[in-house]
Amino acid sequence: MSEQESPEAFGARARAWAASNLPRAEGRGIMEVDDEEELRIVASARELQKLIFDAGFAGIRYPTEYGGQGLTREHQLAWREATAGYQLPDVFNVTHGILAPTLLQFGTEDQKSAHLPKILSGQELWVQFLSEPSGGSDLAGLLTRADRDGDTFRLNGSKIWSTGAHFSDYCMVLVRTNMEAPKHRGLSMFMMPIRSPGVTVTPIKLVTGGSHFCQEFFDDVILPASYLIGAENEGWRVASGLLFHERNMVGGNSLNDHVYASGGEDDGDVVGELIAITKAVGRSQDALARQLVGEAIVLEALADPTINRINAQLRAGRMPPPAASIVRLLSGLKGFRLAEIALQIGGTRAVMEGRDDPVGVLGQRWLGARTGTIAGGSVEMQRNGISEHVIGLPREATPDRDVPFSQVLANRRQRG
Amino acid sequence: MEIELSGEQRFLQETVRKFLEQESPLSAVRERAAKGEAPFEPGFWRQAAELGWTAMLIPEEYGGAAGEHPVLDLVIVAEEIGRAIAPGPFLPAAVVIDALLRSGSAEQQQEHLPALADGSVIATWAMGEAPDGWEPAEPATQARPDGDGYLLSGEKAAVEAAEVADLFLVTATTPDGVAQFLVPAGAEGVSVRPLPQYDLGRLFGDVTLTDVRVPASALVGEPGGIGAVLEHQYQLAITLLCAETAGLTEKIFDTTIDYMRNRYAFGRPIGSYQALKHRISDHKLWLEAALGLSTALANALDSEDEHVARLASATKAHVGEQSLKIVSDCSQFTGGIAQTWEHDMHLYLRRATVNRSLYGSPEQHKERLCRLAGL
Repeated sequence: MSEQESPEAFGARARAWAASNLPRAEGRGIMEVDDEEELRIVASARELQKLIFDAGFAGIRYPTEYGGQGLTREHQLAWREATAGYQLPDVFNVTHGILAPTLLQFGTEDQKSAHLPKILSGQELWVQFLSEPSGGSDLAGLLTRADRDGDTFRLNGSKIWSTGAHFSDYCMVLVRTNMEAPKHRGLSMFMMPIRSPGVTVTPIKLVTGGSHFCQEFFDDVILPASYLIGAENEGWRVASGLLFHERNMVGGNSLNDHVYASGGEDDGDVVGELIAITKAVGRSQDALARQLVGEAIVLEALADPTINRINAQLRAGRMPPPAASIVRLLSGLKGFRLAEIALQIGGTRAVMEGRDDPVGVLGQRWLGARTGTIAGGSVEMQRNGISEHVIGLPREATPDRDVPFSQVLANRRQRG
Repeated sequence: MEIELSGEQRFLQETVRKFLEQESPLSAVRERAAKGEAPFEPGFWRQAAELGWTAMLIPEEYGGAAGEHPVLDLVIVAEEIGRAIAPGPFLPAAVVIDALLRSGSAEQQQEHLPALADGSVIATWAMGEAPDGWEPAEPATQARPDGDGYLLSGEKAAVEAAEVADLFLVTATTPDGVAQFLVPAGAEGVSVRPLPQYDLGRLFGDVTLTDVRVPASALVGEPGGIGAVLEHQYQLAITLLCAETAGLTEKIFDTTIDYMRNRYAFGRPIGSYQALKHRISDHKLWLEAALGLSTALANALDSEDEHVARLASATKAHVGEQSLKIVSDCSQFTGGIAQTWEHDMHLYLRRATVNRSLYGSPEQHKERLCRLAGL
């Protein structure tokens, strides 16, 4: 192998390539568009990812034997800098930043060589199936079962809150394979084509009217044992790895090439928009409105310095990996407060005009603001994680920890 | 962007911490306050100067020892001062030095920098005015041209170390615009009213100027031409104040976590109760934000970043508000004992409370942020 290209040279090459090959960014995130346009965005993202792969820029930190570039974090940062302002197939971020790193860490050689090249070249979108209708925060208390039958498993149950399952190809699904083991020790992780017989994917209509999350139902889905990721009944270890990669991605440190926008739907000019709205509703000179705008500016200004500080401490090993929860807590609280501030400034017009009105859209966003404090691990779970695993305070008492799962009390499902 | 401390900076941090543990333990701060003595002796400040606290901002060509990131170095010292609730006119000295470096004449620099650097002269910035007048470019204090000099009149409020200062750097409005003057504390017409000690480790005083005659050579920079210099001094003051506040908050946060682990109620550590764990987790987030903002602001000043004014006001608004909330809630977690004179909590609460107001309250800085953003 020849000598590795320097990050600077790589960045310069990426910059030149981007200028003549990538379209400029459009500005609208996938959360803000209707279903039809969403499918169009996904289709063009697949093409764009293929284009980047063919040009030799995809999977910058992935090993070359799986179609990656085998380069470093510095090269990844150079790519992100070089491609700022261009349209990127960032719908692949979850696949490249969460699922593929999990596959790389726990998958068999066959699984990796069969899927990683397709994942990097835009042919396969992956998604994780973790939460269930009966519980999301208590992940290890899940009820979906896969019962072994010789060399196959029979999958039954339901998963919920998967992002974009209806346009994705594969999933990793965490299921119970042993009811008699304590909750964490009876779980297994499987990979599975989403369009397998017996799988039904239903988009969920949210309070805002949009449908970006799905629920899946499994009716006697047959899974070969070769779909197991990691060993049978060791799924919690794989799930913990997956969640680590998720927090890492949110913190900007995972293997995804493109920048992950942690602010969710509105990562645009939040402050500029708020100022325009303050003027539009005639509150420019209202002292209270100005205090609220000032608070929003503070929240925007503190995000990067906070994230940079946490990431630096994580990299230096001065904070343990769960410290990524601090970043997640920040994005949850900040997003919610910004929605609240916008509603306060927008006043009556925010709740009387529809989403086509620049002030009316604030009332609509407010209705959806709780998604940001729940999705991806509720802020309460982040607070548990921070206090126990970062600060080191004693754990909550958990009566279900070392009890066979079949004996554990669940929602109105009392056993014994 | 410098986030991780270099080896030299870690050494500086260690040195400052040890020095303060030895020379200014909280017991000494308490003792001096109880006796009604000034919180530090001149000897203390000269020792601190010997350690380089004043020379850090001064480039080598002026006899100083400024490193590659002078403001970041000062921030490290300020954080330690906060952790120790230490005395000493660290912040005002840095601001006056900054003014002399950026707008002083060669004569002024030669005359004052060496004495400020070795701690033999104490200088302070007389900028604020009652009530809550912390906009540096709009002093009500007047400087009227008079012969070949000026007559200064006005009231400066909450001036740090006013009682012990040898030299005041006074902001005042002239017919040509805002200006700064070096005024000896002994000049005729200068009177200092010491204020009761709210923060037991620091002295503040009101300074009244009654027709104080100063020569034109007392001007630091040109009247009406020092807007950028003043803004820089203001940003530096905010940076050091916020670093100090973030440092003291981190210290009290750590102390409180320790208490929550070892204090038992109903057979379990109080730190095991989710009602407290969730609150402390939020505090952890906003504390990290405070420390991150202080570092980012220091970096922005060191690199002369164009958005530094916005970052300075955002930092002051966040640190001023959240640090006080954190310290106050730590006082709640620690319970009755933290409400006693003997417990150190109030020393931290006092400084965090004073720092909330100094150089502009969170409310004033949110207002400032709106103006900066064109609203």
